Amino acid sequence: MKKVFEKIISGIITCSGFLTSVVILLIVVFLFSEGLGLFSQKTIEEGYTLVVNKSNPVEELNAKQIKEVFDEDVTNWEEVGGKPEPIMVFRFEDMQKYFSEEELGPNYENATACINSLVEKNPGIVAFVPEEFAGGDGFCGKRLKDHTISAGEVFGGNEWFPTATPAAQFGFMPLILGTVWVTVFAILFALPFGLSVAIYMSEVSSARMRAILKPVIELLNGIPSVVYGFFGLIVVVPLLQDVFGLPVGESGLAGAIVLAIMALPTIITVSQDAMQNCPRSQREASLALGASKWQTIYKVVMPYSISGITSAVVLGIGRAFGETMAVLMVTGNAAVIPLSITDPLRTIPATIAAELGEAPAGGPHYQSLFLLGVVLFFITLIINSSVEYISSKNK
Amino acid sequence: MSKIEAQHVDFHYGSFHALKDINMSIKEHEVVAFIGPSGCGKSTFLRLFNRMNDLIPDTRLDGQITIDGQNIYDRSVNVDELRKNVGMVFQRPNPFPKSIYENVAYGLRVNGIKDEAFIAEMVEESLRGAALWDEVKDKLKKSAYALSGGQQQRLCIARAMAVSPSVLLMDEPASALDPISTAKVEELIHEIKKDYTIIIVTHNMQQATRVSDKTAFFYLGQLIEYDNTNKIFTNPSKEETQNYITGRFG
Repeated sequence: MKKVFEKIISGIITCSGFLTSVVILLIVVFLFSEGLGLFSQKTIEEGYTLVVNKSNPVEELNAKQIKEVFDEDVTNWEEVGGKPEPIMVFRFEDMQKYFSEEELGPNYENATACINSLVEKNPGIVAFVPEEFAGGDGFCGKRLKDHTISAGEVFGGNEWFPTATPAAQFGFMPLILGTVWVTVFAILFALPFGLSVAIYMSEVSSARMRAILKPVIELLNGIPSVVYGFFGLIVVVPLLQDVFGLPVGESGLAGAIVLAIMALPTIITVSQDAMQNCPRSQREASLALGASKWQTIYKVVMPYSISGITSAVVLGIGRAFGETMAVLMVTGNAAVIPLSITDPLRTIPATIAAELGEAPAGGPHYQSLFLLGVVLFFITLIINSSVEYISSKNK
Repeated sequence: MSKIEAQHVDFHYGSFHALKDINMSIKEHEVVAFIGPSGCGKSTFLRLFNRMNDLIPDTRLDGQITIDGQNIYDRSVNVDELRKNVGMVFQRPNPFPKSIYENVAYGLRVNGIKDEAFIAEMVEESLRGAALWDEVKDKLKKSAYALSGGQQQRLCIARAMAVSPSVLLMDEPASALDPISTAKVEELIHEIKKDYTIIIVTHNMQQATRVSDKTAFFYLGQLIEYDNTNKIFTNPSKEETQNYITGRFG
């Protein structure tokens, strides 16, 4: 009877362990399959095409060039590898500016002919039109070749305009750099404070003080991040706005400060534990040689616990990297490559949280957000494995 | 004149009365062994001479301990300077996780010595003094943890010697070592006694007879008997001492 019972228990435990692993694996597979779909999407919005005059030698434009042309940042074909000829941008929505309703006919019956004539008449034209109106007999325009979105454009691209037409821009660079930027500064702020508190708790404070401080610091870990974000928005952002005279206080600096506060408990508790693990015999050996207390701390205790301190820092980085809500609230969310710490910026998790709701499922925007998730997954994977590696090296 | 003098020393850990009215006087270049059963206070007494017990919270000392005529518990005493003068070797070898060279150099560096040539000279001299030089001279840059337990303990002795103390405290220095390493450490004590005043705590009575000039027997926080080693082990004047050395308790 007892044996059967134990068998059942062990069966349940095995099953739940197996199930959990499978679920995690499936999540990763799902993330990848959705994210990698982005690379089979076309640069130009689905169902549309770009048409130019037959005399135009340009065969194709990449996503960035298309955006520049349609934003009228580029106004001459010469700049994109063609003949010197001013560019005339034509969007399908502009039809009624050029043609009357009679000319277009009921239900746009004559639209193909209209576009045809327009393209023929204007050697500098580039027309962004539905595919159905750009073909058929006697079509005298030239359709630009379209190609799929490339990994280079995504990972090297420095513009994030996922809803731009005719060609959305999926450059991850501003988001990756924004995340790295805000994390680096958060750790730079948190490390000196965290280490000082850890040293104080492990080496200076009395046992009673430690018994009070430790739970308080661990409590900070339990505060929901939206509360930190709210604090940042109400306190840090206006303060920075005043101190630095910024037009808006929402900036990388505000994000870094809030993240530093959030990473502090991790850094303090982990490095304090590491320092307290430094054996008494090591401290006594140092003191017995005439070293002062502080010499003992930085020449014996700190080197002894350096791998623990490193783990603490890396864990802090992990915390800052994956944080979503607080940074979303205080960094201003401008998807531009940050040049100074007082610039607004946007992080990967904040982008996913803010945009997933409005991205049509299955579309390139949606897929690009999943691909961002994959990037984040890899970065946290690297961070976690390095913590494992560092702490295993200690033993 | 005596090198070390303890007068009416009482020591408390919280409410525990660990040492009771101890008086002792130690001459320069003497080797004194402290013996007694576990918990008798011999290690506590030893650790008073370099104020190591200061690290333990909630302790109290009454009475007076002088080294070279100076009360070491006086307010004006710099504890770091005192510890430089009174070196200590611990029960278990406790080298730092640094190279052999840096272990010995540590005491010099923390005492503000920057002259590398002088440090190198002192490292060699100390390692020779601790009879370790020939074994490690080719691997000074190697980690101290690569040495055997006995070598590590001699390294710790060399490390203590490097800051040129006049007193060496040894807290059961051979208890974690094998017989051969123990013999080497004992031999070393014989060789260095001409330069140092040595106090050694030991559980091993043969060791006490082999290395010491005088022996102090502690029991339940009291100094029962303190005399020439020869006399203690052949003709003790107190009954407790007799019982202990003949192995009737302890």
